[in-house]
Formats: sequence, structure tokens, C-alpha cells
Amino acid sequence: MAVTDTGQREAAVKRPSRLFNNLASKFAAIPMIFTALVVFVGCTLWTIYHSFTRSRLLPAPDKWVGLENYERLWSENRWLISIENLAIYGFCSLVLSLVIGFVLAALLDRKIRFENTIRTIILYPFALSFVVTGLAWQWILNPALGLQNAVRNWGWESFTFDPLNNAEIVIFGVLIAGIWQGSGFVMVLLLAGMRGIDEDVWKASRVEGIPAWKTYIFIVIPMMRPVFVTALVIISAGIIKVYDLVVAQTSGGPGIASEVPAKYVIEKMFQSQNLGLGFAASTMMLLSVLVVLIPWAYLEFGGKKNG
Amino acid sequence: MADATVNAPTPSQTMTGPTGPKPKRAFSSTNIIIYGTLFVVCLYYLLPLYVMLVTSLKGMPEVRLGHIFAPPVEVTFEPWVKAWSEACTGINCEGLSRGFSNSVWILVPSVIISIAIASVNGYALANWRFKGSEVFFTILIFGAFIPYQVMIYPIVILLRESGEGITWFLRIFNEDASSFRLMGSLSGLVIVHTIFGMPILTLLFRNYFTSVPEELFKAARVDGAGFWGIYFRIMLPMSLPIFVVAMILQVTGIWNDFLFGVIYTKPETYPMTVQLNNIVNSVQGVKEYNVNMAATLLTGLVPLVIYFASGKLFVRGIAAGAVKG
Repeated sequence: MAVTDTGQREAAVKRPSRLFNNLASKFAAIPMIFTALVVFVGCTLWTIYHSFTRSRLLPAPDKWVGLENYERLWSENRWLISIENLAIYGFCSLVLSLVIGFVLAALLDRKIRFENTIRTIILYPFALSFVVTGLAWQWILNPALGLQNAVRNWGWESFTFDPLNNAEIVIFGVLIAGIWQGSGFVMVLLLAGMRGIDEDVWKASRVEGIPAWKTYIFIVIPMMRPVFVTALVIISAGIIKVYDLVVAQTSGGPGIASEVPAKYVIEKMFQSQNLGLGFAASTMMLLSVLVVLIPWAYLEFGGKKNG
Repeated sequence: MADATVNAPTPSQTMTGPTGPKPKRAFSSTNIIIYGTLFVVCLYYLLPLYVMLVTSLKGMPEVRLGHIFAPPVEVTFEPWVKAWSEACTGINCEGLSRGFSNSVWILVPSVIISIAIASVNGYALANWRFKGSEVFFTILIFGAFIPYQVMIYPIVILLRESGEGITWFLRIFNEDASSFRLMGSLSGLVIVHTIFGMPILTLLFRNYFTSVPEELFKAARVDGAGFWGIYFRIMLPMSLPIFVVAMILQVTGIWNDFLFGVIYTKPETYPMTVQLNNIVNSVQGVKEYNVNMAATLLTGLVPLVIYFASGKLFVRGIAAGAVKG
């Protein structure tokens, strides 16, 4: 094996100790190889396989039942609500955080004073955990003592804003908190992309007399396509993982109105002892990630790497 | 709109302040719109922090008045004391202090071990490629996108089995060795954090080490330095900034973790986030919102301090995840 090793840099320096040094490198990479093969590939395959078995309290690799778990999953109301919530949350959060992130980035890009201070303020929620975010907004949205009551105290008696106790709109209550936490990150990403655009573009548009907003929409956005794609992939991967925000803010309630798939999986696996369903649900989560990831990888690497 | 074109930014401007030609009028309508919008936006982002702070400084009678945005009439630090040392989760009333010490015990070894391993990985990938190293790296990066829920249960089994394996091994030498547990213990959680921090950290270090001039590496090789020699004597001293970035990334990430804390520990070893959630969302007893907010702020304090102290390095850390390898 060592004979065929062609590290870029060893090739330049031919030394007899190459074999030994490469062994050191391989030895050092053992944790990485273990993580890649055993955890990422091995555990994923294990879960996918067991999603086709009748596992209840314990994994039952020999009780093969085909698609039974998936059929049960998709006929369960709780799962359907979870999926619906994820779709609404995902779509809104994607659109809103990209729009808000872009507008804020454009505003900060206008050579303003106090840019650092403003960026620090907008980004700080991102340093907080979802648990802290969820609990803070749970308190603000408290109907009896929070925002709703404060506005009523100011004189607007009929003001009603109680998303956390209304099954119809509870997911938007979660969305407000999610946007608050994550939009600063999108802004920083997009601002970095904006700063990477050649100054000549702005000079040209100034010479042509094109207004700034038009330049942003018709020139800057198309030029920032790669940054947008990266942001899209990162936001989507985060959305599918949404778990602790919901646990902290609503505990899935009222009733099961704000359940999400990630929470469904954990509860099936560790509380209701229905491993098979949990594995099937987590495999569906994986599938939804692949739907985002495969086109991106294809665009990004053009098939030259096999991911 | 004429002002807007005059004020057009230049990409080369620095982060420290405005450069280039001065705007003609400081109070142009465009400027008023920009600063006005940003002011409102900043208020929105600061509002929850403000609300948490004022609520945590009020007594319960004042909280019940329902003026959530009003500053406290009478400032009291009692909720903070209570959140730290008396708040209850179920029958256990020790406050958040135990969660805090658990989190510290999880954090310190996790940060050190994950950074040590990932930096060596990145170094091997950048300077000592071997056949297949890029394949493993690609798997690692794509693995970062796999939802944790997919891997969580098999890892429970892995931890349990390797705990038993280690026990068996220890009993070869000592018949009475107590059983060694990875599942439900802090060391198990450290391993989990090391595994799931690996993709982003390895990417960070690999990209950094690749940018180190090759001549340095070659010169060291000619002088007879090997894998570890170059790592410890050249790469490590040269790359302190990237280690700081990695540290910021890991400290905030691990401190804020909730999912792994719930799954891989037991109530006595719950990290702070999990304990916080149990305190606030506990269904027993009267809700003490001021104590809850003090507890929430206490939990958020560590990442906030890191964030405000680190400034641009934090931005660099999160941007590292976005820069493709």
C-alpha cells in the first residue's frame, strides 16, 4: 500500500523514511477514519437496515418486515403534523432569513457608521443556544404577562397575539424565535459574499446611473449565486435538525400542534419504545437531507468527486 | 436616489469604519432610511435580552403586573441566587449550579480532545496525504449533513458495548475492577462531541494548514523532521489564531448542545441546557418567571461572554463552516 502512496509533498521529497512517515500519518488519521466509516457510514446503514425490521424495545435485526414501519409512519397523524410543520417552518424560515439577511447585509454594506456595533448586535442571538432562545420567546409570547398584555396595558385593549396557545399558528411563534436566532448568521454570510464583489461593478453601475437598489437586485444578487447556494444548504440542513427550539419553547404543544420530525424520532426511540418507527422516521429525515444535498454536491463538484 | 449612487460602497473598505469619499449630506433621506431601519432592527434583536434582564431583576409581585417591558421598580438579585442554588427540577432542588459544573466538566475535555484530534487530522490531510485520505475526508464532510437522529441510536449501542469491552479488559488485570461505563457518563458525551465536532474542525485546520507555505514544510523535511516533529515544532506554533477560532467554535457549540446532553447522560450528569429546560418547563409548582429568566440568562452567559470578547474571531469561526473545502 505504501508504495502507491502519492502524497503531493512526499513526491517532491524522496526519502527512505517515507514508509514510516506515512504510517505516522495513517496512525494519526485513525480517529477520522473511524468517524467516517464506523459512525457516519456504519451507523447510518445500521439505522436504515433496522428501519425495515420489527424493532420495538430492542433492535430486532432478524424480524424483517419490509415497509411496514413506513406505512405505519405515514398513516400516523402525529408524523403528518410534524412534516406539515417542518414544511411551513422550513419554507418560511428559508425565505425570511434569506430576505432579512440580504436586506440587512445590503444596509450594512452602505458604508455606514457603527457597522461593527450593529453587526455585533444582530449576530449575538446566534451565539445563544436554541434552548435559551426558545425559553426567552416563550416568556415574551406569554399571553397573560408578556407582549400581548403589555400592549393591552398601553391602551390597545383588543390586541391579540397569542401564537403559543393557538394550534393553528403555533409554528409561527416558533418561527419568530428561529428567525431571531439565525438571521444574523445569514446576514454575515451574505455580507461576506457582497464584499467579495469587484468594485468595478459598482463603478460601472454608477457611471450608467443605475440606482443602488436596482444594482443590488439585478447585478449583485446574480453575482452572489454561489454564496446564496451555500447559505441555502446550511440553512436547510439546520431546519431539518430543528429540535431543541421546539422542545424548549412549546414542548410540541398545544397538544401535538408544533411537533417536528426530529422530536418525533427521539420520542419514538427513547420514550415510546418503538424503535422501528423511530428508525423509519429518521431515515425519512436523511432522505430529505439528500434531496437538498445531492443536487448541491452535483453542482459544486460536478461529479468529479464521488460523495 | 442620486445620493445612493454617490454613497455606493467599495468592496475594499475595511471593517473599522467608513472610508472613501464623504457623503455630501449627512441627513439625506437615504441615510435617514438606512439608519432608521437599522435602529429598529437593532431594537428588535436586543429586545429579548432586555426583557430577560429586567424580568430577572424584578420580584414576582412586580412580574405579575404584566409590564414586561418596564424596567424594575425595585431591583432584586434574589431570582439570580435562587436560579443558581435553589431552583427545582422535579424533587431535586439544587439549582443550576450542578448543571453548570457538569457543563464545565463536559466542555473542557471535549474542547481539548476534539481540537487535538481534528488539528492532527487536518495536518495529515494537508501535508501527509495518503491513498484514500481524500475519500475519508469527503465522507466526513458529507457526514456533517446527516441528521443526528439517524446516528443517535447506533451510537448508544456503540458506547454501551465499548464500555463493556473496556470493563472486560480491565478485569483481566484486576478481578474486582468496577464496571466501566461510557453510556450515561461524561466521558461518553466527550467522545460524542469529539465525533460530531470533527467534520467542521478538520475542514478548518486542513484549509489553514494547506495555506502554510510549502517551503517551510520542505525545509523541515530536509532537516530530518518527521510527522510529529513538524506538527509540534512548526505547524502548532504558527497556527495559534486558528486554534483560538476552533476553540470559540467548540466552546459555544458544546455549551449550547441540548440533544446529546439529553440522550447520552443521565439526570445527575445533565449539562446546563438540559437542566435549564427541565427547571423552566417543569409542570410542578408555581411558575417563577423571574427565576426562570435569571436561569436562562445564566445559561446564555458563557457563550455571550465568549461572543462579545472574541469579536471578529467568532465571525471567522462560523464563516469557516460556510467556506467550502
